[in-house]
Amino acid sequence: MTSNSTGRFLPALRDSDAWHKFKGSPLTIGAAIIALLMISSALLSPLIAPHDPFDPRAIDLMNSLIPPAWHEDGQSSFLLGTDDQGRDLLSAILYGTRTSIIVGFVSVGAAVLLGLVAGLLAGYLGGFIDGFIMRVVDIQMTFPSIMVALLIDGISRSLLPREQHDQLALVVIILALSLSIWPQVARTVRASTMVEKNREYVQAARVIGRPAGIIMVKHILPNVMGPVLVIATINFGVAILGEATLSFLGVGIPASEPSLGTLIRIGNNFLFSGERWIVLYPGLTLALLVLAINLLGDWLRDVLDPKLR
Amino acid sequence: MASFILRRLIQSGIVLLAVAMIAFLMFRFIGDPVSQMVGQETTLAERAELREKLGLNDPVPVQFLRFVGRAATGNFGISYQMGQPVDRLLAERLPATLELSVFAMIIACLIGVPLGVYTGLHPKRWLSRLFLVVSLIGISLPTFFTGIMLILVFGVELGLLSTFGRGETTQIGWWTTGLLSVSGWKSIIMPAFTLGLFQMTFIMRLIRSEMMEVMRTDFIKFARARGISEGKINFGHALRNTLVPVMTIVGMQLGSIIAFGIITESVFQWPGVGLLFLQAISTADIPIMSTYLLLVAVLFVAINLTVDLLYYVIDPRLRADNVARGA
Repeated sequence: MTSNSTGRFLPALRDSDAWHKFKGSPLTIGAAIIALLMISSALLSPLIAPHDPFDPRAIDLMNSLIPPAWHEDGQSSFLLGTDDQGRDLLSAILYGTRTSIIVGFVSVGAAVLLGLVAGLLAGYLGGFIDGFIMRVVDIQMTFPSIMVALLIDGISRSLLPREQHDQLALVVIILALSLSIWPQVARTVRASTMVEKNREYVQAARVIGRPAGIIMVKHILPNVMGPVLVIATINFGVAILGEATLSFLGVGIPASEPSLGTLIRIGNNFLFSGERWIVLYPGLTLALLVLAINLLGDWLRDVLDPKLR
Repeated sequence: MASFILRRLIQSGIVLLAVAMIAFLMFRFIGDPVSQMVGQETTLAERAELREKLGLNDPVPVQFLRFVGRAATGNFGISYQMGQPVDRLLAERLPATLELSVFAMIIACLIGVPLGVYTGLHPKRWLSRLFLVVSLIGISLPTFFTGIMLILVFGVELGLLSTFGRGETTQIGWWTTGLLSVSGWKSIIMPAFTLGLFQMTFIMRLIRSEMMEVMRTDFIKFARARGISEGKINFGHALRNTLVPVMTIVGMQLGSIIAFGIITESVFQWPGVGLLFLQAISTADIPIMSTYLLLVAVLFVAINLTVDLLYYVIDPRLRADNVARGA
């Protein structure tokens, strides 16, 4: 798609449509900076977080429910205050954001992989395989993604003993989210593949006798990646919200593990007694992260696929 | 026409059968139905007898047909946790969920449509830009966080609205309604707004882009040339032409109302089917889970079918057989 050497890549980037649209929109630049800051600080959380809030030896119940540092009773060592178990909120938010980002990345990655394979096969081969894959997609799209995720979680809960389920919670969530996202990818890839396979370059490849697998991967795949990238970005936000929602509902990541949704659920119990920081800061972090990703998704859509608007 | 309807009906039937299959597999093979129903001291002989009586030794296809037959007559088995028939549990809770969903949809349309018309007619005004930015924030806010913030402001700080439950309800036949008491109204406003917020922004953005598209077309120019008043053009001609795609998509969105309904019901402790489903998941209550799955599937298929048919009735251009091909 792009040139191979970095020597030619930078000038090409500077002339590209994407860069011009990026430069012209302060909102997009702001979103990119916020997203980059949040993602990098979250990934570096073991290094930069002031405390390790998920090490049972490091937390002290005496420190529970301390308000943020600028309040009268606040302590400077707990900048955003602590939760009911004495965990530093700032650190918990950093670790929680890291979980969000890992879950979002892995589940979208898996969904894209599955959707690409299914979509390419359905679009290129057609016939019975196409019919079968698309019916599966139809049925799955009948259900809202959060319901699919809830069902998978429920099923795994009844199949596995409790401790094992808690250990596997992260895997179950990722599985549930990627299963709910892949149909969109498959559908888009199939539609683009059906257009591409009748183009001359594909016919030419077929004439010189390249096998179907090579044609799909080497010729068609690079040309259907644009819309896939857009869907992946938008669903990155959707997956992060999905994880937070499941954890908030109490069927996601167990309370002993870091997650923004779990923090908000804990904070929700203290809404009426005045300890609002527990729900407020994780919630704002989540909203800001998703907002930045959505803005970047809008920009990508503008650049890569004007038809999708 | 007849062939189109027939084809859609067959497609819907296949989807429903597939979902019924999944529900059946869950019902039958996840956990042992017998050990869920009996106590510790039941002997093996008694278990075997119960197994025979429940028909669990019959061939699987026979069991599946029996499952479908029972489901069609509203018999979904007994909840593992609550020991009551699932259909009764669901029927008790359905009015709450339906009231909430319809109310949310009404709020979404009442606010979303005018905002969409305004921003579509005057895309350059600063007020329109403000609405757009606010709508993007509305989409990015997690549903449960919106709900919590509303509770914080209107429930905790101002003490104006009720923050959980349905308030006082009145029984009318088998239907219970909260809309006949003051506390009921105070209870429904916040959850309905929370649930409707996403739909509201969605409808607004959709109508805006459709309006901008329609205003550029020739028939609007001709209407202007004929001297028809602006108001009549905007609402009689332009808005009317945007309604077909809006209706379709709003219909499809009812699904996300159900999904977000689960979350909203959890935040506000609203005693609807979503909350029941959530409890069923945390206690692995398979009969309720599989029944809810079936219920949602039936609802979805019915909505899609209705929307397709309405489409067909409203827009004469679609009556050629291209609908069937496009669908």
